[in-house]
Amino acid sequence: MKVVLQNLTKKFPGRGRKNPVEVTAVNDFTFEIPDGELVGLLGPSGCGKSTALNLISGLLKPTGGRIFFGEDDITDLPPESRGVGLVFQNYALYPHLTVKQNILFPLQNLKGKDKLSKAVMLEKATEAAKLVQIDGLMDRRPGELSGGQQQRVAIARALVKMPGVLLLDEPLSNLDARLRLQTREEIRRIQRETGITTIFVTHDQEEAMSISDRIVVMKEGVAQQIGKPQEVYDDPVNLFVGRFLGTPPINVFAGRCRDGRLYLGEDAVLRVPGIADQDVCVGVRPEGFVLQEEGTLRCEFGSVEVMGRDISVVSGHSASLNPTVRSIIAAENRVDRESAVVRFSLKPQKVLLFNKETEERIYGEMLAL
Amino acid sequence: MIKKKWRDSGLKGWLYLLPAILFLGVFMVYPLIDVFVYSFEEGYNSASQTHFGIGLYNYSYVLHDPYFLQAVRNTFLLVIITVPLSTGIALLISVGLNSVRPLRNLFQTVYFLPYVTNTLAVGLVFMILFKKTAYSDGLINLLITWFGGDSVDFIDGPYWAKMFVLCLYTIWVVMPFKILILTSALASVNRQLYQAARVDGTSAFRIFMRITLPMISPMIFYLIITGFIGAFKAYSDVVALFGTDLNAAEMNTIVGYVYDMLYGDSGGYPSYASAAAVILFAIVLTVTCINLMVSKRKVRF
Repeated sequence: MKVVLQNLTKKFPGRGRKNPVEVTAVNDFTFEIPDGELVGLLGPSGCGKSTALNLISGLLKPTGGRIFFGEDDITDLPPESRGVGLVFQNYALYPHLTVKQNILFPLQNLKGKDKLSKAVMLEKATEAAKLVQIDGLMDRRPGELSGGQQQRVAIARALVKMPGVLLLDEPLSNLDARLRLQTREEIRRIQRETGITTIFVTHDQEEAMSISDRIVVMKEGVAQQIGKPQEVYDDPVNLFVGRFLGTPPINVFAGRCRDGRLYLGEDAVLRVPGIADQDVCVGVRPEGFVLQEEGTLRCEFGSVEVMGRDISVVSGHSASLNPTVRSIIAAENRVDRESAVVRFSLKPQKVLLFNKETEERIYGEMLAL
Repeated sequence: MIKKKWRDSGLKGWLYLLPAILFLGVFMVYPLIDVFVYSFEEGYNSASQTHFGIGLYNYSYVLHDPYFLQAVRNTFLLVIITVPLSTGIALLISVGLNSVRPLRNLFQTVYFLPYVTNTLAVGLVFMILFKKTAYSDGLINLLITWFGGDSVDFIDGPYWAKMFVLCLYTIWVVMPFKILILTSALASVNRQLYQAARVDGTSAFRIFMRITLPMISPMIFYLIITGFIGAFKAYSDVVALFGTDLNAAEMNTIVGYVYDMLYGDSGGYPSYASAAAVILFAIVLTVTCINLMVSKRKVRF
């Protein structure tokens, strides 16, 4: 089902003497999610992504704006009439019920003409359990399951009534690193198999990038950029988005554009023919460095971290706004560890210019020297 | 060498425990054992500290004493009526308190007042409500006659009227504690469970039956068990309402009977008192065991 958010706004009124200030958790959020897509809402904590999810689920009422599922305006419908499945961050499984009873619970709520016979309910529950591969644990209680298994039960419970929209709130944050990798593939697989439009919330950019069809980067209640993960990574609209995506994070320098050249400190690194003279913030992705004897960017050599396939050179530069300059280069490169200076040239397509004040992206042609 | 031995034998630990053991031993354990001993000594004379023999005569006497049977009947009636009613009403009030937002603190304080109110003050209030005096028939009778009924003597009148007052009083007195426990139990239920249930379209009644009740069931069973024990031990409330001559008022309880046998006007029989106390102990033990067995099957965590 298509999900459309129109100018969605949620304000929390100030409360009492301690928090007198009104907080705008979601600000004028407009977005259309095509049918059957997996969308990641991404942002640092407190950016309003969970609030946005709760607005879609109906647990919160928006202050302004409309929400459509397909062609239907569901803004004023209570959560139970919206046909959404919701998976909570800590799963919210009913601890006194078995896995089977947990999954059956939403089905048993159906009334009137939707009422199902016991046999059909059991069949549907078994089907949902099979989909998330927990059909062997049906008679256990949540307390007897691992975090990953509980997560699957929560997904099965959300899926069993075949909702039009599946919402996941930080689905992986309570899992350990290995399980997280495995579960995110799993979520992707389940989403593909069922074709249910899915929206999930995360603060982990890697997680969002790896499985989403589309990501929404949010900051302070405002959607900064919406797009395919790779596009957003390659083409961030502002410094915040650039910084938020990518591990290791983007290197940021204070730079200057003078006479069609881009300077980082004293070093002229690229030609920027179309850009007016100004001070800029320069973002350089770690993979945008090339180790070269006659490279234009001279950094003080710090250390080398070997990561198998790649090596990471940690160095310093006077114009760097990050404490260190981190570059990732292929392992074949030989770094002279005795030398005090390491020299790079930059790949133009990995260098991003931002306005120094507004931090908005400055677009323009960039060429090697 | 000596020092090490001293430490290994754990004597130091016992030394620390000594004050508590001494007090508990003298004032708790020894009297308890003594009660059992007394209850089997036939014809015990407290003045000469002598008895005729050992046997079950004391039990037989107590169990055939109509006053004791009356006390047992009263106690059981009190337990069976007040425990479920007070727990049920407390649950309703707690759920209500939990769902109102404005004035919640005020209501919580109001409901907690009986708990901190002096027993004598409470007795006075009940007297104003129910007691017939030369000047008035009591507030309740005023209402009854106003609606066209016949005035009832609640304190010295028919058995059912006295039982009604006693039950009302007991329920009213135990309610604040139960409300306190239940409101905190309700507040500790994970709110996300309710949200999850709402998203799944669960009706309010079903949320209460399938989620709220099971989640607070450990606390409910705790209240029922302590409620049973407390009601079986009822005595002071009865005295506050009906005076000390409880046998005459047909309102005696088991504990009252034990007291009367020891110190009352017909008293001076520690053997009978002990036998009655042991019987009460057996009843409470049995009921508590049944309670625990039931709760083990019903309460899952």
